[in-house]
Amino acid sequence: MSSPLRTRLREALARAPARRNIGRAMAGLVDKRRAAFPDAQALEQLRDQGQAIRDQALANLPALLRELEANCRANGIEVHWARTAAEANEKVRELVQAAGTTSVLKGKSMVSEEIGLNAALAEAGIEALETDLGEWIIQLAGEAPSHIVAPAVHLDRREVAARFREHFPELEVGEEIADLTALARRLLRERFAQLRVGISGVNFLIAETGTLCLIENEGNGRLCTTLPEVHIAITGIEKVIARLDQLPPLLRLLTRSATGQPITTYVNLISGPRGTDERDGPRAVHLILLDNGRARLQADPELRATLRCIRCGACMNHCPVYTRVGGHGYGTVYPGPLGAVLEPRLHGLAAPGELAEASSLCGACAEVCPVRIPLPQLIRRVRRDRARVSPGTTGRQARLWSLWAAIMAHPARARAVTRTLALLAPVINPALHWLPSPWTRHRQPPQLARETLAKLASEEGFGDE
Amino acid sequence: MSNQHPTVIFFGTCLINTLAPRAGLAAMRLLRRAGAQVRFPRDQSCCGQPAYNAGFDDQARRVARAQLKALEGEEPIIVPSASCAGMFRHEYPRLFAGTPEQAPAQHLAERIVELCDYLQRILGVNWPDLGPPVRVALHQSCSARREMQVAAPARALLEGLAQVEVLEPARASDCCGFGGTFAVKQPDISEAMTADKAGALLATDASVLVSQDLGCLTSLEGYLRRQGAMMQVQHIAEFLWERIASPEAEALKTGDAR
Ligand code: SF4
Repeated sequence: MSSPLRTRLREALARAPARRNIGRAMAGLVDKRRAAFPDAQALEQLRDQGQAIRDQALANLPALLRELEANCRANGIEVHWARTAAEANEKVRELVQAAGTTSVLKGKSMVSEEIGLNAALAEAGIEALETDLGEWIIQLAGEAPSHIVAPAVHLDRREVAARFREHFPELEVGEEIADLTALARRLLRERFAQLRVGISGVNFLIAETGTLCLIENEGNGRLCTTLPEVHIAITGIEKVIARLDQLPPLLRLLTRSATGQPITTYVNLISGPRGTDERDGPRAVHLILLDNGRARLQADPELRATLRCIRCGACMNHCPVYTRVGGHGYGTVYPGPLGAVLEPRLHGLAAPGELAEASSLCGACAEVCPVRIPLPQLIRRVRRDRARVSPGTTGRQARLWSLWAAIMAHPARARAVTRTLALLAPVINPALHWLPSPWTRHRQPPQLARETLAKLASEEGFGDE
Repeated sequence: MSNQHPTVIFFGTCLINTLAPRAGLAAMRLLRRAGAQVRFPRDQSCCGQPAYNAGFDDQARRVARAQLKALEGEEPIIVPSASCAGMFRHEYPRLFAGTPEQAPAQHLAERIVELCDYLQRILGVNWPDLGPPVRVALHQSCSARREMQVAAPARALLEGLAQVEVLEPARASDCCGFGGTFAVKQPDISEAMTADKAGALLATDASVLVSQDLGCLTSLEGYLRRQGAMMQVQHIAEFLWERIASPEAEALKTGDAR
């Protein structure tokens, strides 16, 4: 009866420290976002703008991608296309090997998690060193990110210190945040200078100018993209926007929704490799554009909205389910409401589709999504598609709903059933207490009324006509 | 209101019908007290939301089609639940898009008004409070806040009562964890959410919990009872009626239902 998802969710609920850390962190982010958007009307205008920019881009996706490719090439950026995760991994491997190295620096990138890049590189004998602090911590611990913006948010500083000690037994490790970051900085910087290939994600691609925009707070992204000889950027095809002047409103929405920051510490606009007159920067820049199911989403008028996503994480920060089970409860790369609609589209409706059940459809996610993705509607769409295409997993439910419809769609039957329930209430109500059900594990069962509303209404003269 | 005696259609909702018919009756009495002529079409059953939210649109459509027929007319349709009102108002047009019922569904959607919204915003009722002083915790559902945006009128109705102190729980906009079949399909998460909500409600130290949505109330009441909490639980219609009706003549019998 219990699916892997249910088991995972139950385990996640039982992990008290992670639950506490995530709950606290999410409450903090919710407050910061609220403070960052003090003017409700201005926020709605900005959301209109953000949505329009993304919609316009998605409506013209093929043309914009061609324009992007041409302008990137003109800037000296090499553009590669990957239809699948495997193709993308293969391309990265080729490029790394062509550079003649077996270790690479990595900036934070959700797409690289999506395609399982680190594992694919490891298989080819290439070590990928995460340089984002959170990503590095969980890489040391052998864990997966638990949040798309804050990957190690399930850990507090004591747990981080414990993981450091385990990994670097020879080092002195303090428990203060300043000590931990200083240690990470020292260890990572030693490696920065040595490695010749840097891999990064991309936040936005600007078609008009052939520019890659990459935002971050730690400076590791800038180091990864300027220090090595070769920079490989990898991203989904949906990240493209038409014009450079569309970038500021999106950045404003992204950083304020994510962490409440008006802007991140670093905004990198990369428009090509090192010029002949320049003293730093990579000799070669490669852009890998990944489809992995996105073109299929673009083609569906309802699902296309999913691709508006700018990966701010606000939907999960505000989701009552995510804030209780964290990313590991979902067991997917993208967790929360966004994950519930995106994962089944990238990886199939069968197992990932079950994520859509982990929602009360409360609407908190859609209320905050900066580009107004109708997440509850898309969650329902996943449920609907599952009911249609995987009768195996939903067959019993389908029969129950059909029975329900056969009663409720016929007034005479519905009345008869309601009357019978009211009549049998004295017998059914005590039984409800004994019947095992998920409901009665935590709640007293509701009790059926002994009268119907129709009877009460007619007794008081509320007529039909 | 241009018409002094508007006629309205009342939709009782399936939960009220089976679990708390007296809340439905109270809602109709409130409407009548406010000067409306209330019609109660006998052929109504359920808005179809449970199947719709579960992803079974065909089954939901079958049931929804029966409501289109049962609720035919031009009068406003008053719904004592923000959740069912949201289904009618926002989801029917989607559910029937591209079908022959598209226009009727749209027409029905435009006639839907949530009960508190109708009483407070449209009729502007202002009733004298005949009850004793009481502290009330108000739970406003996700549909009331977000989908229907009718949280304010419900609160205003309660605040209009002289002897009623309205208390809002901490983190008031958090979901109570009910979510229809969610509570059954994901009992563990649902319980975690309900526990937090119940804790916040109990912390208000109110003696009565009131809401315009019976779904949330049923779930919260089940949880509170299991915890042995004393807080009384009532649909807002029944609470309001008890406050404004002369206690001798019109008090609702307390029996098997809320
Ligand atoms: S779905 Fe919306 S809120 Fe969630 S990560 Fe994407 S842009 Fe942000």
